[in-house]
Amino acid sequence: MKLRKALLLPVTCLAAIHLMAFAAGFIAPYSYSRQNRDAILSPPTKVHWVDDEGRIHLRPFVYLRTEHPETAEYEEDVTVRYPVHFLTAGVSHDMEGSTTVHRHLFGVDPPAQLFLLGTDDLGRDVFSRMLYGGRMSLLSGLLATVLSLGLAMGFGCVAGFYGSWIDAAIMRLAELFLALPWLYLLLALRAFLPLHMEPVHVFFIVIALIGALGWARPTRLIRGLALSLRERRYITAARSFGASDAYLIRRHILPGISSLLLTQAALLIPQYVLAEVTLSFFGLGIGEPMPSWGSMLASLQQYRVMVSAWWMFSPGVLMVLVFLSYQVIHDALRTASAIAEL
Amino acid sequence: MRYLVMRLSQAATLLIGVSLLSFTFLQMSPGDYFQEMRLNPQISQATVEQMRTQYGADKPMLARYGHWLASAARGEFGISLAYGTPVGPLLWGRARNTLLLTATATFLSWILAVALGVVCAIAPRNLVDRCCAVASSLLLAMPELLVCLVLLTIAVHTGWFHTGGMMSLGTGEQSATWLQQARDLASHLVLPVTALVLGMLPTLLLHVRNSLFEVLDLPFVHAAAGHGISRFTILSRYALPVAGNALISLFGLSVGSLLSLSLVTEVIMSWPGVGPLLLEAVLARDVYVVIGAVTVSALFLVCGIALADIFLYASDPRIRAERLA
Repeated sequence: MKLRKALLLPVTCLAAIHLMAFAAGFIAPYSYSRQNRDAILSPPTKVHWVDDEGRIHLRPFVYLRTEHPETAEYEEDVTVRYPVHFLTAGVSHDMEGSTTVHRHLFGVDPPAQLFLLGTDDLGRDVFSRMLYGGRMSLLSGLLATVLSLGLAMGFGCVAGFYGSWIDAAIMRLAELFLALPWLYLLLALRAFLPLHMEPVHVFFIVIALIGALGWARPTRLIRGLALSLRERRYITAARSFGASDAYLIRRHILPGISSLLLTQAALLIPQYVLAEVTLSFFGLGIGEPMPSWGSMLASLQQYRVMVSAWWMFSPGVLMVLVFLSYQVIHDALRTASAIAEL
Repeated sequence: MRYLVMRLSQAATLLIGVSLLSFTFLQMSPGDYFQEMRLNPQISQATVEQMRTQYGADKPMLARYGHWLASAARGEFGISLAYGTPVGPLLWGRARNTLLLTATATFLSWILAVALGVVCAIAPRNLVDRCCAVASSLLLAMPELLVCLVLLTIAVHTGWFHTGGMMSLGTGEQSATWLQQARDLASHLVLPVTALVLGMLPTLLLHVRNSLFEVLDLPFVHAAAGHGISRFTILSRYALPVAGNALISLFGLSVGSLLSLSLVTEVIMSWPGVGPLLLEAVLARDVYVVIGAVTVSALFLVCGIALADIFLYASDPRIRAERLA
């Protein structure tokens, strides 16, 4: 009961962020690659409820903004109001010249623009890019965790269950992987792969690298647990009834390690999201124009972005929120399993 | 003595394992430095093939590895394809800078962690302890890259700190005195060291606090308190040495994550350490520099573990007795 209460807030928070990221096509008002050359690094658009004469409007609205040529500050033209429409039809044009119409959660009529979190150094909407980028970063974290835990489950169960030289060999290899500073290893592995590839290929390669490098730590834990489970009486009993090794692992060992897997997942997912973010921050991940939280943060390394565009930190804020949630979940799960063992 | 030999052989195994692993990946990887060269229309196919032969890229893996080992024994670690010079000299200067940065940060963060950890452990759940818990879980959720960016932004806005690099222009010249150079270096160190300390502190603090908290609840500490020994003496003479054992092991284990943190910090703060060299090499597909940098990081790791062993040996009489026997 207490566990459920502790998990409520972080799980809701994560669910909301994931929902927003995976429904980016609907929620984001613009596409991730649309550039606005007349609105480079413009601050967030103010959404008004009260107009210039003090009247309150039920429907929020924005003003058209123009950049002052000398002060480079944005001024609002308060004469015309542009109301924010919900469930608007957006039109996108692709390379072949065909147009498709799809719905967006909200939007304003041109020439007004609604940049909830400002624009980046190419005039692209940061809010939309943050959602699309979250899709990349979060999905690669999740998939890499699945891969890594899958490997760990295989290696760990086999090592713990069979023991002897198999165990020794797997554990030596795991120690080698554990000992190395893994960011160095990740970069080194990336070095041996071609730099310029299709975004989809890069995406899967990044996932494969992160997942394959992270197998050692969970393997050690799973192996330890499998080693102790192997000695239990019910396993000996099952074996005496003629149960095969595969049956024992599937029926008795795997259920025993399931709670460990859950706790490990809560620990690994944020690490792997961060790994993807770090790789794309260094320019080794998914390339432009596809956004990732890492490549979005990378533009903060430019001096003019850093001094003037605080809104460019927004993917970072969202990232911290994700990590905090996972941290709370991990702590709650660990406490719960510690209590269960008592 | 036997213990020493065993430890040394373990370290050697690790280093050889790491370099062998790197070579295996190198062999498995599609394409190489020369393949990118082929894209350049000014370089003919024959030239590329000739260069491949010259650098030995066409030989089988074990031959290349043997060649590399021989060159590592000479301190060269292969030839950098992009710089055209031996990798060794490139690496040593960078490794020294990384060492300077990480050693300073480690020293400071351990002092801070032990001081704060003691305060938190002797009065659990008071104001300081709660503040530390909140701050460290926030910092834990804050990736190093974000810490660096925030610190840089603060520095740029206030102008209090030097941002980027290791020396101001001109201070490296003959006219500058030794003291001026040291002061310049220190002022450049402030920002990257702060970033690293903020990255390391939460984990260290948590461990110091928890292990000290456990030790303070052991019977012998209560017995000492019952004898009327002062709290300060109990802490410094009784509890800390016992808790120290776990902490020193932690020091050895944390070198790996410290190096990962340092890589990010070095790149963002443009500190001329191994990190930026590795990143440049990755982008240029300069494989020997990559392998060299990874080997250097493993070397750091081995040294860190060895240092932890020495400390453990010096601080824990049980280990001394066990290992001399």
